[in-house]
Amino acid sequence: MNKVITTNDFISKLEDGMTIGIGGWGARRKPMSLVREICRSNLKDLTLVSYGGPDIGLLSSCKKIRKLIFGFVSLDLIPLDSHFRNARQSGELPEVVEIDEGMLQWGLRAAGMNLPFLPTRVGIGTDVIKNNPHIKFVKSPYDDKEKLVAMPAIKLDVALLHVNESDEKGNTLIFGPDPFFDDLFARAASKTFVSTEKLVDSTSFDKEKVANYNRFERNLVSGIIPDEGGAHPTACNPSYGIDLDHLKEYSKSAKTFDEYQEKYLFVDEATYKKNVGGIKSITSIPLTKF
Amino acid sequence: MADQFTISEVCICEAAKVWKDDGEILATGIGLLPRIAVGLAKKIHNPDLMMTDGEAFLIDQPHPLGVGAEPCVDGYMTYSRVFDVLWSGARHAMVTPTQIDKYAHLNISSIGNYAQPKVQLLGVRGFPGNSISHRNSIFIPNHSKKVFVEGSVDMVSSVGFDADDVEPLIGKVITNLGIFDYQGNKNTLRLLSIHSTSSLDEIRDNTGFDFEIFSTDETTNPTKDELDIIRNELDPNNLRSSVIGE
Repeated sequence: MNKVITTNDFISKLEDGMTIGIGGWGARRKPMSLVREICRSNLKDLTLVSYGGPDIGLLSSCKKIRKLIFGFVSLDLIPLDSHFRNARQSGELPEVVEIDEGMLQWGLRAAGMNLPFLPTRVGIGTDVIKNNPHIKFVKSPYDDKEKLVAMPAIKLDVALLHVNESDEKGNTLIFGPDPFFDDLFARAASKTFVSTEKLVDSTSFDKEKVANYNRFERNLVSGIIPDEGGAHPTACNPSYGIDLDHLKEYSKSAKTFDEYQEKYLFVDEATYKKNVGGIKSITSIPLTKF
Repeated sequence: MADQFTISEVCICEAAKVWKDDGEILATGIGLLPRIAVGLAKKIHNPDLMMTDGEAFLIDQPHPLGVGAEPCVDGYMTYSRVFDVLWSGARHAMVTPTQIDKYAHLNISSIGNYAQPKVQLLGVRGFPGNSISHRNSIFIPNHSKKVFVEGSVDMVSSVGFDADDVEPLIGKVITNLGIFDYQGNKNTLRLLSIHSTSSLDEIRDNTGFDFEIFSTDETTNPTKDELDIIRNELDPNNLRSSVIGE
């Protein structure tokens, strides 16, 4: 089965009001070209789920988000995201579900396991519970009778991920040092769309590579969008690091977003890549030292 | 004894001691000074500590900040695995909240009205879970009433001593003015020592709630060994000097 699609095909599969999970973490291996396509589209009223980075910032400034389920939004090398901050401080982000990162993991895991919730102690005694009255408690049925948080499943209509290599069937490889929670996003979603640095022939996969780097099964993948540099300005190890200069420009643009939009969002993805210096300059960004 | 040292160096040396008796656990220092402190702890107090490279690996020896040396990797610690470890309790973190109150609630989420905050910060991250799973020590570079707030923090991101079902695990609180813990009567904040550059009055004027006084002794001076390791091995470019205005 050939799952390779164009970015137009990808956007045509999305609908207003969908719940969309975005893989990666902070400013690391985010499917940014897919995020930019959403920014360029007419889609609206989305619920976003993310270990947030510039994906959430951009979608906030483009007013695509109706509800955000998150534990943090950070640009890593720049601790806070000015776009997300603006959206919150101006009251333009209609609804937030701010939860512990571990609860986020639990919610995605519960969805992937087809369970209504998973129990945890995390959240008890904090404003996470106070601010989210939809999150209920359960009592352990065993002798301990402990009161636990019943973290509800976070079911996704769609997950968006960025990987290093994929074949046309959706066998993916992630070479970065941390696979983050991408597998959980794929399992929690009805459909997963994956942008890939390289489209490859899976006959070139060797066993050892697959054992280490194939993090979820191809049956979870609905569409592959080949896109070298697709994670820019976030990192995609080992090909390129975080583009700190671009993130600085992005951060400054929170107040003068028109200019940034003009240059990077009101143009197609090929022009975006040209405007950030071309694919060669992206792939020569040194890997980020933390 | 070294004759000259900065308050940053005093804080790093005191911070490093919090991991002394922790045994073989994951030590996480979030922020520049706590990170140097973990390195110092591993070098001189507790070589069994596990520490990360800030990305996805455990490293056998701390690498100098900002120098880009290849660390000696001896294990794997992805974000997913950090949760597996922290829920078991085998971790001691040092964190820098934007606000802290008399119940030891920490806030890294937002300042002001939650629906439309005056200042949006990071978000709660893993604080709710960390606060009930493992010990957390605190580093505050700017001890003031804005940080040590009167009343409650604006967004309770971690469990405090007023909770019914759970109790926070708070270690030391190290600030640019002094050293504290929450071991006073009924878990009140308690002063353990005052830095040579500060005074009890200054601490009182900059803390938004009452605290107990266990001691007003001067904080221990760094030793020559500690300073040598910090200056020559852990932070040769003196990045630490930017953290506390001094």
